[in-house]
Amino acid sequence: MNVAVAVHEAHPEALTGAGEAGPAPKRIVVAYGFWIFLLSDIVMFSALFAGYAVLVRATAGGPAGPQLFNQTSVAIETACLLASSYTCGLMSLAIVSRRRYSTYLGAAVTFALGAAFLGLEIREFAGMIADGATPQRSAFLSAFFALVGCHGLHVTIGLVWLVVMMAQVAFKGFAATVERRLFCFSLFWHALDIIWVGLFTVVYLMGVSP
Amino acid sequence: MTTTPYDRAPGDTSPSGRPQDAETSPFIAYTIGLLLAVLLTATSFWVANTSLLWPPGVPLGLAVLAIAQMGVHLVFFLHITTGPDNTNNTLALAFGVLIVALVIAGSVVIMDNLNANMVMPMNELMDLHMQH
Amino acid sequence: MNLLGKLSWSAIPFDQPIIMGASALMILGVGLVLSWVTLRGYWPYLWREWLTSVDHKRIGVMYCVLALLMLLRGFADAIMMRAQQAVAAGGAQGYLPPEHFDQIFSAHGTIMIFFMAMPFMIGLMNFAVPLQLGVRDVAFPTLNSVSLWLTASGILLTNISLVVGEFAKTGWVAYPPLSELQYSPGVGVDYYLWALQISGLGTLLTGINFVTTILKMRAPGMGYMRMPVFCWTALATNLLIVAAFPVLTATFAMLLLDRYLGFHFFTFEGQGNQMMYVNLFWVWGHPEVYILVLPAFGVFSEVISTFSGKPLFGYRSMVAATMAICVLSFLVWLHHFFTMGAGADVNGFFGVMTMIIAVPTGVKVFNWLFTMWGGRVRFTVPILWSLGFMVTFVIGGMTGVLLAVPPADFQLHNSLFLVAHFHNVIIGGTVFGAMAGYTYWFPKAFGFTLDERWGKASFWCWLTGFYLAFMPLYVLGLMGMTRRMQHYDDPSWRPWLILAALGALVIMVGIACQIVQLVVSIRTRNERRDATGDPWNGRTLEWATPSPPPAWNFPLLPHVSGMDAFWTWKESARAKQPVAKDARDYEAIEMPKNSATGFVTAFFAVVTGFALIWHIWWMAALGVFGAFVTFLVFAFREHDEVEIPARVIAQAAGAHQAEAVP
Repeated sequence: MNVAVAVHEAHPEALTGAGEAGPAPKRIVVAYGFWIFLLSDIVMFSALFAGYAVLVRATAGGPAGPQLFNQTSVAIETACLLASSYTCGLMSLAIVSRRRYSTYLGAAVTFALGAAFLGLEIREFAGMIADGATPQRSAFLSAFFALVGCHGLHVTIGLVWLVVMMAQVAFKGFAATVERRLFCFSLFWHALDIIWVGLFTVVYLMGVSP
Repeated sequence: MTTTPYDRAPGDTSPSGRPQDAETSPFIAYTIGLLLAVLLTATSFWVANTSLLWPPGVPLGLAVLAIAQMGVHLVFFLHITTGPDNTNNTLALAFGVLIVALVIAGSVVIMDNLNANMVMPMNELMDLHMQH
Repeated sequence: MNLLGKLSWSAIPFDQPIIMGASALMILGVGLVLSWVTLRGYWPYLWREWLTSVDHKRIGVMYCVLALLMLLRGFADAIMMRAQQAVAAGGAQGYLPPEHFDQIFSAHGTIMIFFMAMPFMIGLMNFAVPLQLGVRDVAFPTLNSVSLWLTASGILLTNISLVVGEFAKTGWVAYPPLSELQYSPGVGVDYYLWALQISGLGTLLTGINFVTTILKMRAPGMGYMRMPVFCWTALATNLLIVAAFPVLTATFAMLLLDRYLGFHFFTFEGQGNQMMYVNLFWVWGHPEVYILVLPAFGVFSEVISTFSGKPLFGYRSMVAATMAICVLSFLVWLHHFFTMGAGADVNGFFGVMTMIIAVPTGVKVFNWLFTMWGGRVRFTVPILWSLGFMVTFVIGGMTGVLLAVPPADFQLHNSLFLVAHFHNVIIGGTVFGAMAGYTYWFPKAFGFTLDERWGKASFWCWLTGFYLAFMPLYVLGLMGMTRRMQHYDDPSWRPWLILAALGALVIMVGIACQIVQLVVSIRTRNERRDATGDPWNGRTLEWATPSPPPAWNFPLLPHVSGMDAFWTWKESARAKQPVAKDARDYEAIEMPKNSATGFVTAFFAVVTGFALIWHIWWMAALGVFGAFVTFLVFAFREHDEVEIPARVIAQAAGAHQAEAVP
């Protein structure tokens, strides 16, 4: 007995209704899978956020937020990351319309802005450490460096990923796999900016308000 | 526009996946998103530094602005909608938000409760001193 | 600077004869297997067909093999603990010094939970879910292989700790401050942390894979309410994995930062907060136990309906109960630390929530009972495991509700009552479910059924042994004995502990029966060949394929029009003549290509993990770089699919049609 029926023979009205159309195209499957990964990543950040929230007053006699945070620097970092999210969006449009040099340009600007963000953050960390506000000083500083540092690590990984993707575009053009991966990259990059919104609000702005 | 039997990929600008089929031009969407985000960010910085607002209300204001900006990112950069073809994506997002809320709020409440019970009440300390 | 970090010859515990003996046994066993494979020339076959396979069925089998091997290792720990506690009464010290005993109970918990129960459930889900959904593979087959091998990396690191260095002595939960550098300066806790971070990553990737597969890849016509219940429980399980494991990753990262870089998350100095570890650990820990038990519930749903010859009773309520458990499992975690000092209102809230979460499970039990009611129950080995589960798990669940009452928990927390409770539900639930699933799907995976008699013998030994081993522990808990005791003073506890040791021996006989069952079944496999692909008169789509299924699972994707898809076809086919399909109707199928990515990534993961444990920084950097290069090689590969020609499909389909029951 053959229980299988070729898909194209199935009655079209049977294909309506949520999720009854058969396996989704690879593009949708890959994007959704990455979406789920992003949610897991956000849960990981939430655990670090929870740790920060619990330890924010555990300064062990050392410096606290208002003594350490420079709002101008944070404002510039925020502007860089937000702008890079915008240029990433423009890059996605270039990818879909197969404009190779616009893609490279968009990627380059996104990379530059992301690197600027990282540079400023590293400078901030270095300054704090030089002043003795090391993560080994207190639980508050441990939580701060871990939370903000984890976000910075994600940005770093994103920049490496962007470089690899441009290499892929150079070697493979806009192949289906390359396009799917670039799509995932842009999801990742936008998500990082969303997390940064939470970060600069909770850590820096709530940390310096009187 | 034909209805596709499949859901939309998260981040897609239109059900078919091609930006040309989107109802609003994605370029306009990105630009409006950027402007709104800049506005909300600037407002956040102002709220944190101004003396015009009642101080205990500042954290709440900052939280509201942050949530609004996350919403701007989701709608304008990630093109999340509440349409039936986006249900899986929105549900997954809602599940994630629920877990985040439970982890953060739950941990803060529990740890606060635990820490409060760890502190010796000052009046009992005084009583101990008073007893000869 | 020392090139080998903290590593030196003193890392091998030459002065501890028991550990040296166990290490020698392990190395001998592994060596024998590797030699046999080499001498028989099986490496090319193994590499081509198994180690680089991205086929979900092969990966599922390998997960189960890992789980069964680690069952032996974890059970050896259990026997040693029971023996120690049976003799170490009054002034006696037993044969295991505290330093060793502590490592044994820590390893026992870690291995049984992370390297036995989880891989077993994940293995069963890997094997069955794509088949039940009527598709060819999971959403991300290569990632699936990476997940498997990362889990194997964690297993390898844990087993290396037996020979080189030591394991954690903190218990499987590793609470600070004991797990901090100040009180655990050795490598034991590092072995624990890195093994679990690496395998935890693999598990998270599995979660992502299966959520995507179940939600986005099902046969045409299979809407959500037509999915088999096992797929629903798999969905809930993997949602829990995606939501909970990141919290564990973050928590362990914080402890690692404390230990490696002197951070102060959980230390006394710097105003760290040890209670926060406990809180975050159990935010993961409670969903984890539902990750362990939900797939087992799914297995029982399939087994009970198949062997009762009836559709599952109350499908909708089963689905609702499953998803309710999924959400509720995130609202109860504080019941693991009622005694840590939260106020009565907080404790009360979580106590009430814990009682509420028992309700959906109760709904499930009633549904299983009503499924059997009025059916023609065939008392096969899987049904025996299911019946054993229903009695055993209900008892364990009831003691759980008892513990959910905070004042009661204040008496019983960390006593043997608690130990008995969680073994009751994990063994009665997860282990029995694993055994049922193993027996149920074995013919599908290998083409022949397992021997029934030895299967029944092993079930009765497990059941009797379980009650003998763990019911005394309830009594002991009520008598005041706490857990993890290397020796004790109260002689009135001893008879119960001797009884428990006896129970462990009976379980050992049960495990021995399972080993014999496997050997006998392989020897006599031709007598129990599954020619039709449907040995149990099954109801779901996996039984529509030959045993074992071809790599592509289905020659044509099945079209589903109702629940219990396969049953519907069998019923309707009896009414009309089957129409022979023309060979020209089959098309070539593209399947994902085998890949060494998983295996090679795991190799570098082990190198990195080992290097980090022993502070060999250059080796760790090399390991990370190697993993990155592996990823690049994968990203730049030209061909990721292999095309299977239509005539091969047609030939296989024709052969199955001829054998299948009309």
